[in-house]
Amino acid sequence: MSEAKAASYLSTETVPLPYCPGCGHTVIASAIDKALVKIKADPRKTVIVTDIGCIGLADRNFTTSAFHGLHGRSITYACGLKLARPELTVITLMGDGACGIGGTHLLNAARRNIGISLIVANNFNYGMTGGQHSVTTPSASLTSTTPFGNVERPLDLCATAIAAGAPWVYRATAYDKDLPDALARAISQPGFAMIDIWELCVAYYSPRNDFKKADLLDLMAGQTVRFGQLADDPRPEYSESCRRAQQTAPGAASSRREIEVRHSHRLERQIGVVLAGRAGQKIRSAAALFAQAAIASGLHATQKDDYPITVMTGHSASEVILGPERIDFTGIDVPDHVVLIAPEGVKQMRARLAALPETSVVYADFALELPATRARVHRLPFAEAAQKTGKTSLGVLALSCFLEHQGMFPRAALEETLRDVLKPEVAAASAQAAAAGAALADTIAAG
Amino acid sequence: MGYEFIEGNEAIARAALRAGCDFFAGYPITPASSILHHMLELLPQAGGTAIQAEDEIASIGFCIGAAMAGRKAMTATSGPGMSLYSENIGLAIMGETPLVIVNVQRQGPATGSATKGAEGDIQFTRWGTSGGLPIIALSPASVEEAYLLTWVAFNFAERFRVPVFLLTSKEVSLTRERVDLDAIELPARVERARVKAEGEYQPHAFREAQDVPPIADFGGEHVARFTTSTHDQRAFLTSDPAAIQRMIDHYETKISAAEEELTLLKRDFQEGAEDLCVSYGVTSRSVAAALKEARGRGRRVSSLVLQTLWPVPEAALRAALCGVRRVIVPELNMGQYRREIERLAPPGVEVIGVNKMDTTLISPREILEKGGLL
Repeated sequence: MSEAKAASYLSTETVPLPYCPGCGHTVIASAIDKALVKIKADPRKTVIVTDIGCIGLADRNFTTSAFHGLHGRSITYACGLKLARPELTVITLMGDGACGIGGTHLLNAARRNIGISLIVANNFNYGMTGGQHSVTTPSASLTSTTPFGNVERPLDLCATAIAAGAPWVYRATAYDKDLPDALARAISQPGFAMIDIWELCVAYYSPRNDFKKADLLDLMAGQTVRFGQLADDPRPEYSESCRRAQQTAPGAASSRREIEVRHSHRLERQIGVVLAGRAGQKIRSAAALFAQAAIASGLHATQKDDYPITVMTGHSASEVILGPERIDFTGIDVPDHVVLIAPEGVKQMRARLAALPETSVVYADFALELPATRARVHRLPFAEAAQKTGKTSLGVLALSCFLEHQGMFPRAALEETLRDVLKPEVAAASAQAAAAGAALADTIAAG
Repeated sequence: MGYEFIEGNEAIARAALRAGCDFFAGYPITPASSILHHMLELLPQAGGTAIQAEDEIASIGFCIGAAMAGRKAMTATSGPGMSLYSENIGLAIMGETPLVIVNVQRQGPATGSATKGAEGDIQFTRWGTSGGLPIIALSPASVEEAYLLTWVAFNFAERFRVPVFLLTSKEVSLTRERVDLDAIELPARVERARVKAEGEYQPHAFREAQDVPPIADFGGEHVARFTTSTHDQRAFLTSDPAAIQRMIDHYETKISAAEEELTLLKRDFQEGAEDLCVSYGVTSRSVAAALKEARGRGRRVSSLVLQTLWPVPEAALRAALCGVRRVIVPELNMGQYRREIERLAPPGVEVIGVNKMDTTLISPREILEKGGLL
């Protein structure tokens, strides 16, 4: 087929259009056809996206590509198609009902300025399901769900789209002589374009409210409602904006970090370690650094974090398992070692601390109040020592003390990890903290 | 060769990229958000598209549109978002859309506990949209498996033109582990079969019910059609019962006939064992630990770990159930997959559930005690 010569995009197979005699949808579909002829649309590069409602039956009457989706969601498929292939002409054809259920998609497509056109066949009610009221039903109108007259205020789709940032907005009636031209312009916009076409539902709205073509035209003439071009303020289309932002942004550094095994370890069996404190103490980072140092010493490691959804407040605890073999169960029923650096961590661990056996070892800051436990408890001045190295290095300091005391793997592995992983300014403070923590371990040995 | 210490969600994002995923749309939700973050960072640099949508309905809608335009698409969410995906999952089945959906399960129902784990969406995944037609679902037990099964999920989605679910959980997705991703053996990459012939494209052309139709991407060399409504093989609305049933049989059979190809599992059988553990996801690791202990005491016990949950690997399960006396099915839900085992177990075989949903993992000890393996 030569697209340039297409006289009509209405299928010879599926004609006539399936609408009631006098329905505005037939007029709109014909006007879309004329607009497609006018812009010489390539049927393979043009997609008509519809959803549920009488107007959603129209896509199959066109010889272009067609996508018929869920009620109110056609804008989402249209955006997906356009984002995937920006060269496509994507036309979304929705009713006023779909604008209600899918209102958020309208707002967001307009706001993002995704380059689709949205044609609304607006007949003020749901034609397919029995003439119920929609978001655009005029006040006081009778519908099958407003038997005493509509008390809801109708949504001005055009004003809404403009408020949401739609660069191109137009209101028409199905009976405008220049409707095909307006549609052609809407479809040709590089950005988001909406055309709100007011029309008649001859099955429900018109007879129930004695609302005829003349009444619609009177509305237009009466100037109580604004028709015609309501916005024409182009700005860069979404995909174009993405390209520009990406070009000007500094390249994101790869966060990928490979760990080379450069040390050996002394663990003969798997151990479970819990580091518990408060949010903001970099508990999770400290635990991850510790685990990476263990991996650099040839160990297997897992880390599970526990924290409330409010990230900056409350407790924070990390459970690290280290072992010479592959780790099966990633939970810790009974921790072998618990390192405590804040009251919030103690509170969270209270029941588990009370249940610890004699074989477990606790490393706790001097100032913390602990529940009675059978575990061996080492009291250490973590917070005091961290005053010199910075509060956020407290976790590293305490874990370094624990490591030095237990000697599962060399301190050098931790030092190298801090140096390799952290930014230079943070690494220096952390290295100091690690040294200070190791020095505290000597006081345990001495005591 | 080097190790990394990464969480499951990062492994999923990187596997997706390696599988050729070039479209991602998602909406923030714990514990799936880090997949969104990784994809938003990685995809544009690799020439793909990633977007945070206005809600989950738009996330999956964007993905379906992009997938039908030729992209390899993925979305990720948790239980509450899965509920919002529901209607569009049916649409993807109806239009035969290749799509990968990651569900990082968390404690439910409803909002539940955002930062706590559970595996409570097992049956919801299978029956999560109207009509009851089949999908494919895979369940990883570790960060390594999250990587491998994400890769496989893309292969299955392309091969069968159906939504494929990666059913992970907070416990796999947010737990960091030592991994060597380069050492993971991946099967060959599969791309969707595309229409070669010129002339009219039939979106659902098949001869035998189980055939998977070749696809013509929207915007390619053919006029393409897609519809949510009951349709014939040309994707035109139909009310002809024979044409309708032909399509239903096709959706059903293309998955059920491929059970063998879709079955992924790990067997650890012991000769003469009368006890069998059937497990999946993170709980299978508790089973592994429990088995070591039980066997250490001289107990003979077998284990079958399912990586494919849907379609049910019935042949493999029937074979494993043959000759055992007791089947222990530990699950982080109140016994959802146990129903499948119960219907497949021969008469006289006792099926024992070990179940909880208190946000903690099922420990090896609980399996030994409640499973009667001590």
